[in-house]
Amino acid sequence: MGAPFALELKGITKTFGSTIANKDVDLQVKNGEILSILGENGSGKTTLMNMVSGIYFPDSGEIYVDGKEVVIKSPKDAFDLKIGMIHQHFKLVDVFNAVQNIVLGVNDGKKYNLKEAEKRVKAICDKYGFVIDFSKKIYEMSVSEKQTVEIIKVLYRGADILILDEPTAVLTPQETEKLFDVLRKMREDNKSIIIITHKLHEVLEISDRVTILRKGMYVGTVETKDATEQSLTEMMMGEKVSLNIKRTEPKNPELRIDVKNLSVKNHEGKLVLDNVNFTANSGEILGIAGISGCGQKELLESIAGLQQTVKGSSILYKSKDGEESQLVGKSPKEIRKLGVALSFVPEDRLGMGLVGNMDIVDNMMLRSYKGGHTAFLERKAPKDLANTIIKDLEVVTPSAETPVRRLSGGNVQKVLVGREIASNPTVLMVAYPVRGLDVNSSYLIYDLLNKQKEHGTSVIFVGEDLDVLIELCDRIMVMNSGKITGIVDGRTAKKDEIGILMTKNTDREGKA
Amino acid sequence: MFSLITFLHRAIMQGIPLLFGSTGEIMTEKSGNLNLGIPGVMYIGGMSGVIGAFLYENSLSSPSDAVGFLAVMIPLLCCALGSLLAGLIYCFLTVTLRANQNVTGLALTTFGTGFGNFFGGSLIKLTGADVPSVALTTTSNFFRTTLPGAETTGWFGKLFLSYGFLAYAAVIIAIICSYFLNHTRHGLNLRAVGENPATADAAGINVNRAKYLSTCIGSVIAGFGGLYYVMDYANGVWSNDGFGDRGWLAIALVIFAIWRPNLSILGSIVFGGLYIVYLYVPGALRTQELYKMIPYVVTIVVLILVSVRDKKENQGPASLGLSYFREDR
Repeated sequence: MGAPFALELKGITKTFGSTIANKDVDLQVKNGEILSILGENGSGKTTLMNMVSGIYFPDSGEIYVDGKEVVIKSPKDAFDLKIGMIHQHFKLVDVFNAVQNIVLGVNDGKKYNLKEAEKRVKAICDKYGFVIDFSKKIYEMSVSEKQTVEIIKVLYRGADILILDEPTAVLTPQETEKLFDVLRKMREDNKSIIIITHKLHEVLEISDRVTILRKGMYVGTVETKDATEQSLTEMMMGEKVSLNIKRTEPKNPELRIDVKNLSVKNHEGKLVLDNVNFTANSGEILGIAGISGCGQKELLESIAGLQQTVKGSSILYKSKDGEESQLVGKSPKEIRKLGVALSFVPEDRLGMGLVGNMDIVDNMMLRSYKGGHTAFLERKAPKDLANTIIKDLEVVTPSAETPVRRLSGGNVQKVLVGREIASNPTVLMVAYPVRGLDVNSSYLIYDLLNKQKEHGTSVIFVGEDLDVLIELCDRIMVMNSGKITGIVDGRTAKKDEIGILMTKNTDREGKA
Repeated sequence: MFSLITFLHRAIMQGIPLLFGSTGEIMTEKSGNLNLGIPGVMYIGGMSGVIGAFLYENSLSSPSDAVGFLAVMIPLLCCALGSLLAGLIYCFLTVTLRANQNVTGLALTTFGTGFGNFFGGSLIKLTGADVPSVALTTTSNFFRTTLPGAETTGWFGKLFLSYGFLAYAAVIIAIICSYFLNHTRHGLNLRAVGENPATADAAGINVNRAKYLSTCIGSVIAGFGGLYYVMDYANGVWSNDGFGDRGWLAIALVIFAIWRPNLSILGSIVFGGLYIVYLYVPGALRTQELYKMIPYVVTIVVLILVSVRDKKENQGPASLGLSYFREDR
């Protein structure tokens, strides 16, 4: 045997109540390599890594670091073993600045001195090429900046094994490239990096080896150079899956929504949507690309009637019989009655649309309870609907009566999107419907959207993955700081072109 | 006759129990525990001190035998022990058993008030006095010993030197707490626990220990407020319900001081002044109850201002009132 593995897991098992999250999982990471962990939603990737970083404690199994068996009972133990994890939902204190967050919980025996700490942080930044603003508080930072702080935090503690949980889920292509450069630099520095991701092309691009989990079980580990997207998917699903999104030509498109001069101010009085003009047609998928916070949320909410718009804004809705109605000034309920449905999957998934403590049936009822004929709730129909969604979308849940909060992220999304589609809308707006979803579930959702399109629904799709936008959408509208910077044809669009439109600095142009 | 010096002096006397209470509550809330039991804790602290002093005074053959050190330390320790236990009960329920913090706090307040009045009533029965109160004049005299020069240096002495040692302790504790929170590693860790316990946990901080420690220390600090009220402000006379709504006022003061113990020092004097301002209004308008509302009205105004300005630093800890369970999903 050569050098011991930096980290080795043997036969790890973890259960939550009656749910088995991990069963008999093995894993090895060498020094100076990048290992990807691939698996569907709920396949136990994050749970497994949480056990390495001390958040959970395994029911059975052994963990070896540098060949020695260790017990990791708390995050502190993990730090002592030089293991650091960058969680998918950042673990940062909003009202602290970068340095305060970085030194949090570190007790190096030295005097508490933030200035000294700042110098050390700067040294780390210079080494790996990070740029951060030390005067900013976390809540003033962008997602990418927050992630940088998280990575520095782990490095500051001298971690040699870094675990990143879906680090690219919220980044633009350019930011992802930057992150990968940093990771490669760390690999040269002989650090071990474990990266959890759903994006197959990223797995192929960055990692040396890939470990695949399926339903909490270990499937196998392959060298990345021997793998293809197809072979990885098959290992992940245990079956052959087609990875192509079929895009049909729009069938006799009709104007459904005509947005003119739409502007929205946030509560500070700043324009978050600035004079937006576009149209959405029936039978087509209109994609919206843009970095998070560029106004997509406000745009969808304005159409759904959840946003106060600036005077002069106009959103015209044209129904199938050609009747026109102005959506601005209508209540969300009235708009919903016209057949405009919004399914928004926020970063925390449960924030809008579903109630975490209620079960799937009750969440179905949130849409339908007003339609009842008696004073009592009609439970039969929503229950049938819940069961249909569970069956059709392969929602993994003990029963329809399980509180939604207990489901894994991807399953929550399926419930949300499934419900909105079930209402048979004429305009369906979905935001980040595949956020954090695995390949299989993602394609299921794309399929659903395509079916809606064929039905003649006008689909507005806000997505993060440019590859998918390009494959799925008929037209792609790019937004940047509340403005539309371009509308491109999905069939001819190039990724770089969209990336540039997304990040073009509109402010500076305006001033110059 | 209105004299500014006298008014300020009385405002400070009135403010000290509030300062103790709010400093204690700020320490508690910084760990994410919203201890609405503080009014009860202050009752318990005050009563525990009274019991200690009562037993000590009764063990003496004559009041002149009293030793200053013991007469001060016994009530102080009893008070600390009583409020510490109250804090522990709260922690056990909300941190270990993860009970709802609001319900637990309110129950503790009800319990604490009852505890104070029950033992107060018992002591009153024991003394057989014909007034419904217990007077602990000997102990109180030690607590009320002022700094040298209080009488001789005119307005300066009256304003700055004429308080018992607990009043100075209140200010010093507030300053220490303020320094602790903003300039020490443990202070940073504690604030992280209150803001985002999952983050603190992932950073290797023992969340439960931080919550227990800060809540218990906070309770002890608040308990001293009850003791100060009886021994100093009320001249050692315990009468049931005498402490009134000062505990709630202390919690209001936390918001007024936007969770900063150093601002709380100033705030306590403002609240103390507002509390007694009715004494200075001419006869017909002199409705105590109406004027006692002013501090609460001011608190609401502060709440509105803080919310409107929406600056995250001025809000309470983000996870205030929520219990933390690591494996929660």
